[in-house]
Amino acid sequence: MAITKIAEVTVGSGGVASIDFTSIPGTYTDLMVVFGIRSGRANHSDEVDIKFNGVTTNLSGRYLSGDGASAGSGSVPVAFAGYSAGSTATANTFGNGQVYIPNYSGATAKSFSAEGTGENNATNSSRLIFAGLWNSTAAITSLSLYSDSANTFQQYSTATLYGIQKGSLAGVTVS
Amino acid sequence: MSEIITRLEVNCATGETVEIPLTAEELVQREADAAAALVAQAERESAEAEAAAVKASAVAKLAALGLDEAEVAALIG
Repeated sequence: MAITKIAEVTVGSGGVASIDFTSIPGTYTDLMVVFGIRSGRANHSDEVDIKFNGVTTNLSGRYLSGDGASAGSGSVPVAFAGYSAGSTATANTFGNGQVYIPNYSGATAKSFSAEGTGENNATNSSRLIFAGLWNSTAAITSLSLYSDSANTFQQYSTATLYGIQKGSLAGVTVS
Repeated sequence: MSEIITRLEVNCATGETVEIPLTAEELVQREADAAAALVAQAERESAEAEAAAVKASAVAKLAALGLDEAEVAALIG
């Protein structure tokens, strides 16, 4: 198994609506996206969604969530990637999360998993785990992270895309 | 002057990173997605509240039958 950093990006001043990785090579076995994001949403957190190849169709998933006040679970027709910190979260904190996408370049439907937390030094801090499906046989060549509520990702937010190559390393096997 | 909303694109083949202003179509789609997300969020919260209310009702009925807290927890977790 080998993990290779494909690309890394940091948001500049002014913020952006989304972070888009394009022209993803099909040479790896799996993909993993790791992010640290702060959103402009006036809340302690903001949902970060992911879409593949620029479309939001044929997506579904199950989530488990909690925010310090209540817990939830259910099905959704979108793809959660995790949470960002919102603008009322503790200053200078960034929500973090990761999405793992096995067999992203194959000709079968793409399952994926995600987890993330909003990070907030207060009672309310959102936490999420998600099992998703993009029901498409197309190889994933691009992916985008964006705010569920159409807010912007703030300066110094980061995202990194890794490629996972099958094989064994230190007792961990990807096949 | 209105704010220019951009997206940050990194080309994994070249490593080039560019900020690209959203097109008019993308702006409209973004607003539509956000509106749909609000509706979906309200539906999720409603479903979760309904499930919590049903659970509370079930717990109350079990208690009325004489089960103590430990016995109720053993049944429903």
